[in-house]
Amino acid sequence: MTNLELQQTAVKIRKGIIDGVHAAKAGHPGGSLSAAEVFTYLYFEEMNIDPADPKKKDRDRFVLSKGHTAPGLYSALANRGFFPVEDLLTLRHIGSHLQGHPCVQHTPGIDASSGSLGQGISVAVGMALAGKMDQADYRVYTLLGDGEIQEGQVWEAAMFAGARHLDNLCVIVDNNGLQIDGSVEEVNSPYPITDKFAAFNFHVIPVEDGNDFDQLRAAFDEAKATKGQPSAIVMKTVKGKGISYMENAVGWHGKAPNDEEYAIAIEELKKAEEALCQK
Amino acid sequence: MSEVKKIATRDSYGNALTALGKEHDNLVVLDADLAAATKTGIFKKEFPERHIDCGIAEANMIGIAAGLASCGKVPFCSSFAMFAAGRTFEQIRNSVGYPHLNVKIGATHAGISVGEDGATHQCNEDIALMRTIPGMTIINPSDDVEAKAAVQAAYEMEGPVYLRFGRLAVPVINDTPDYKFEIGKGVVLKEGTDLTIFATGLEVNESLEAAKLLEADGVNAEVINIHTIKPIDRELVVKSAAKTGKVVTVEEHSIIGGLGSAVAEVLSEEQPTKMLRIGVEDRFGESGPAVKLLEKYELDAAGIYKKVKAFI
Repeated sequence: MTNLELQQTAVKIRKGIIDGVHAAKAGHPGGSLSAAEVFTYLYFEEMNIDPADPKKKDRDRFVLSKGHTAPGLYSALANRGFFPVEDLLTLRHIGSHLQGHPCVQHTPGIDASSGSLGQGISVAVGMALAGKMDQADYRVYTLLGDGEIQEGQVWEAAMFAGARHLDNLCVIVDNNGLQIDGSVEEVNSPYPITDKFAAFNFHVIPVEDGNDFDQLRAAFDEAKATKGQPSAIVMKTVKGKGISYMENAVGWHGKAPNDEEYAIAIEELKKAEEALCQK
Repeated sequence: MSEVKKIATRDSYGNALTALGKEHDNLVVLDADLAAATKTGIFKKEFPERHIDCGIAEANMIGIAAGLASCGKVPFCSSFAMFAAGRTFEQIRNSVGYPHLNVKIGATHAGISVGEDGATHQCNEDIALMRTIPGMTIINPSDDVEAKAAVQAAYEMEGPVYLRFGRLAVPVINDTPDYKFEIGKGVVLKEGTDLTIFATGLEVNESLEAAKLLEADGVNAEVINIHTIKPIDRELVVKSAAKTGKVVTVEEHSIIGGLGSAVAEVLSEEQPTKMLRIGVEDRFGESGPAVKLLEKYELDAAGIYKKVKAFI
């Protein structure tokens, strides 16, 4: 895909996030929006996947360790063709296959149930280890929040992945700077994040703007070319990116827009789409 | 009388894994720096490439097992019960139980018979914790023969299984030609009419011995081995309780949440019966030789005999 196509897709994914969270009257838009570009890049450019065969053996795997941003992942999967985009409106409803946090048994394209922070990365490490044991050439990606890395289990997993030289593993940290109780720095600073992963024997790839496709492409290419150690892409992003009143606003971590706010968000996304059409 | 053969079920675990590993390439064993104690070291010697030592990081070990299982491996996670079930309860619930992954947890050093290490390492709560996880199968074998059969049955079934093993060498009681192990099926070891003793793990043998003491007093106890705590053999529990009218449960586990609770839950709904739960009372253990501790906590044959006498 060209950058323009990726940007247009990211707008669609944002629309799916807003639609879903609005219909659910609950959910986590902030961290879904900050990761909209990385979801887009992974599912439309980077990963070897097939919506017609979601369980194919040699597929690349993705574990959403920061599982609360499921609306972003669901929107990417729906737009990629794993299930109808209309399903996004059933998010968090009783009987829906779109649970509040990813559930492997319910949703096509989901590789692991996740949402209890700190656990997803371990599951991803296990998948990467299985790949090495089987001499399979699939890659495993896992997306973590910058607040999530306060969990001790993340570092247990990182130590193991580094010690085992799991170069088929790519950890991505969405450094949007905010968690429920405030800025990550104020709550319990995880900084410096890059140095920490380097100390755990990762090849660290800092990304200045994780909402920029050129930078994401360069980072994922570098990760794929890295041999002998796992990669950690630590990307600075804007929480709530793309919806003006949600950007860098801690209150939009886990709150749904009301009807009025929803209309504004949809209008903004329409304008973003139109602007891209004129490019 | 000939010398009774004694084997710790943790040894059975290591040996059974090694035997199964020869037949099945997808069986992998994980440990958390306790391979010598959990006896997975036996497997490691034979299959070093399929033995994954995660170091002292049990939570991560469970997650890795989940990832391995999702890629077609059959992982057996090993540690002491305190850490295998206690420390990692939530990892087992969310990373293994919720997606119903084919992960087996081999927990050794369960109960107070850990002995000298004391209360921090004597897990009397693991069955209670594991019972609450939907879809979890829990097996607490009584001896070497049963432990080996349980490991094989756990491998052969699809879904998460919690296997409970001990540190203390215990008498081999199931080495009979017609021994058959089936998950979820209790075993009547001695028929009786005056009361039923449902026992599990190393308490099966102690209960058989206690039944002999009771017999001498003219009390005819039925003794049933409940190796599978979940799913429990409801039919057998109800049938035997209806027959004898008095029920005693015996386990090397807290009386809260283990076999006693499981039996009480069944009977209170289907066959209300007067019951006595024998186990570790609502307290922590302590350091001491395992056999002396079982005696002090009245979990040996003499203790069971005394409590049953007072009950009936």
